[in-house]
Amino acid sequence: MNKTIILSLLSIGTLITLLFAPTIGRESIIPLSSLWNDAGSMNADILQNIRIPRALSAFLVGSALGLSGLTFQAMFRNPLATPFTLGTASGASLGAALYIRFGLALSFIGINGISVASFAGSMLALLFVYGLTRVKSGFSTATLLLAGVAVSFFFSSLIMFIHYISGFTNSFRIVRWMMGSLDAAGYSVLFDMLPFVLIGIVILVFSSNELNLLMTGDDIAASRGVNVNRVKKRLFVAASLMIGGVVAFCGPIGFIGMIAPHICRLLIGPEHRSLIPATLLFGGTFLLLCDTLARTIIYPVEMPVGVITALIGGPFFIILLLNKKGSLEL
Amino acid sequence: MSEPAIQLKDLKLSISGKEILKGISLDINKGDFMSIIGPNGAGKTTMIKCISRVYTNWTGNIAVNGKDIHKISQRELARQISYVPQAEGRSLPFSAFEFVLMGRYPHLSPFTSVSGNDKKLVEEAMEMAGVLKFRDRRLNTLSGGERQMVFIAAALAQGADILLLDEPASFLDYKHQVQVMQLLSRLHRERNITVVSVSHDINTAIETSRQIAALHNGSVIFNGTPEQTAEPAVLERIYDTSFEFTPPPHRPLPLITPGGKV
Repeated sequence: MNKTIILSLLSIGTLITLLFAPTIGRESIIPLSSLWNDAGSMNADILQNIRIPRALSAFLVGSALGLSGLTFQAMFRNPLATPFTLGTASGASLGAALYIRFGLALSFIGINGISVASFAGSMLALLFVYGLTRVKSGFSTATLLLAGVAVSFFFSSLIMFIHYISGFTNSFRIVRWMMGSLDAAGYSVLFDMLPFVLIGIVILVFSSNELNLLMTGDDIAASRGVNVNRVKKRLFVAASLMIGGVVAFCGPIGFIGMIAPHICRLLIGPEHRSLIPATLLFGGTFLLLCDTLARTIIYPVEMPVGVITALIGGPFFIILLLNKKGSLEL
Repeated sequence: MSEPAIQLKDLKLSISGKEILKGISLDINKGDFMSIIGPNGAGKTTMIKCISRVYTNWTGNIAVNGKDIHKISQRELARQISYVPQAEGRSLPFSAFEFVLMGRYPHLSPFTSVSGNDKKLVEEAMEMAGVLKFRDRRLNTLSGGERQMVFIAAALAQGADILLLDEPASFLDYKHQVQVMQLLSRLHRERNITVVSVSHDINTAIETSRQIAALHNGSVIFNGTPEQTAEPAVLERIYDTSFEFTPPPHRPLPLITPGGKV
């Protein structure tokens, strides 16, 4: 199928999902028309101030996680790379866990403290891994990935330690945070995340040729005129901002960042000029659908969306793999 | 006499503490066809990678078309030099056309997309390398020889007038070996492209190139014409082994085979 057709279908799917997902909810189905027919009513208020910002946030987070996973997979030429490969998730979780354990109640220019703490944690992890590459030059990609895994485990152990010294309530709050959820997402969260994600998207869109070339190997990329080190730094910053920005508010929502780029590669091929918009649309829509399910599936409670993503995404992805001729490659 | 296409002065490079290049000085003239020979580990690949600035932490001086390559951008360099790496099984999911199109990268700005002219040049390059028929095939589905021709087409699409190749015909079957060497000769002859090719095949090297330089243990130990190269003393010094020379009836140069019984 033609790439333009696939992208158009994805756009239409995205639009439909964005229009209908907010109308579905725990209490009732609220048609979008109540925004103007029924303005000022409680239904219109729920729709406008709770469900719409949440839907937009879910879309934004899904896009950001998908795109940052895509970036790391191309940069490291590794199909198993995820947004959290370099220890971001555990860094963020450590920040959040420390915040919860020590019962801090800070806020920073109006942003709640737990987000600031987890953002700091994720940046700490990324800077630490990145710093390693600076200390020892000629760091191979494999070494970088292994360093990321080591940092993840190190932070995870610290988190376990915090669990151990925490009471039941705090321990439970930490676990819930780590499952990832969008239940805090209102307009303020949406607008807090937006700049991080937008900067990331702009950098990525203008780096699609470089991402293609990096996938062919650093030597070919360099010989075609890519300043490999500078471009990798730029991509690293873009992905880090997106990951740190969304994880701080929604926790480390798993799976989507690894799988959304792969599904899009199966749909539209490996070429980043079309793969980036496809992943943006698909990642966003997929998380929005998962979150809509998470909100409604076990009425009246709300499930953390992180539980749903892999539960639905896993089988879906395996079916795609089985139907695909040949094997999955980057 | 114009300045050389590539001029190396005292090029040195160490990788993790081991000195690989120990002060290489070498001039490669414009329009030349030079083969770089030498035993494994002599530094041939490393030298080529320094020139195309895949490696950047070398010392000494490299000038391309008279310009110090430290003073020009990676893009600017890529417009003057293209590079075909050693054929190996890297996973490349792109179609042949997509891959060759990436050769146009140094001519694109981040804010413009590929133009019709770029696509035309890509198709020309693919036609010349005889791979236009693989246009929409994924590289992973091509044979090693077919893929090598696509790699050369991509280097051609880059539009540079210096072409560096790392063992372009090694590991290929006879048909593709001939195709690769014919294409290189044609590019050299018809487009006046300066060809620099690392080679392990002495017979092909003395037959196709105009100049041969030999590396040994990180230094240039020989630089001369094919006739000067095809001498027992010279080759023994380069490879630390003896050779047998068979004068064939219809060739100006002898057929060279390694001496010693297996």
